[in-house]
Amino acid sequence: MALSQADVLAGIKEIVEEVAGIPAASIEFDKNFTEDLEVDSLSMVEVVVACEERFGVKIPDEKVTDLATVGDAVNFIVNAAA
Amino acid sequence: MGILQGKNILVTGVLTDGSIAFHIAKIAQEEGANVVLTGFGRALSLTTRIAGRLPQPAPIIELDVTNQEHLDGLAAEVKKHVPHLDGVVHSIGFAPEAALGGNFLNTAWEDVSTAVHISAYSLKSLTMACRPTFKDGASVVGLDFDAQVAWPKYDWMGVAKAALESTSRYLARDLGAENVRINLVAAGPIRTMAAKSIPGFDEFEKVWNDRSPLEWDVTDPVPAAKAAVALLSDWFPKTTAEIIHVDGGLHGMGA
Repeated sequence: MALSQADVLAGIKEIVEEVAGIPAASIEFDKNFTEDLEVDSLSMVEVVVACEERFGVKIPDEKVTDLATVGDAVNFIVNAAA
Repeated sequence: MGILQGKNILVTGVLTDGSIAFHIAKIAQEEGANVVLTGFGRALSLTTRIAGRLPQPAPIIELDVTNQEHLDGLAAEVKKHVPHLDGVVHSIGFAPEAALGGNFLNTAWEDVSTAVHISAYSLKSLTMACRPTFKDGASVVGLDFDAQVAWPKYDWMGVAKAALESTSRYLARDLGAENVRINLVAAGPIRTMAAKSIPGFDEFEKVWNDRSPLEWDVTDPVPAAKAAVALLSDWFPKTTAEIIHVDGGLHGMGA
């Protein structure tokens, strides 16, 4: 199923807010999960798991370290779902 | 009929679907067991999400093994879901950053004590907390990393694992009269969430690639999980105080 960038971004904002308690309004495409949003490793694992469930994609462990920014995650999910 | 048909098993330590404990829970369900999970603190919500990936639903109880209230209430919580327990899986370990990674000579006692409390003493705490739920004996299985020798970077976690091994033998001694078996599975290195927090994990991978007689796959938690399920079953009725190595045979090699 093809997903739009906007849909995935909106979904990730909701997930990061729910998992890490970061207000969705402060989560933007170019924000770095660790440095800007201070999402720690445990929360990041949960964000990944929640994204997999929500978007029906598999994000392999070795890819997770490449997902530095919210935009990286959006693009990975859009491509994986295409 | 599965080898755990009708058995009730409590499984700690399910964090991701890469966790050894996740695969123990999964195989246990496939072999006929009713599985109850525990989750810890902030990771409880992650455990809840991951439980959804098991073949069957599994209730989750909050358990911090350093929290006496949680331990005191565990048996009652378990009995809300199953009438008794036939098996318990201890898949719990933690060491502060200062206790791992090559800083062995300078680690403070506070950090060491945390590692030993959570990784070793908790086998006793968990077993005793579950004891009132045991009926006609039980099988307790813990996850170990061979502590007979010193490893690169593993440091005080290695000492904590040595304490876990010793704890399992004393528990086996004191609970044998109740037909409670206590055994450990000493797995080779597996790239789990726990492994990711070990600096220098790659060095373990290299040791296994070089020296393990059987080919070792650091991404495959299933061999260790199968051994744990076997120990939970009735197929090891007179085995206790034992450490089963699921390490490709490396522990038996001199070089």
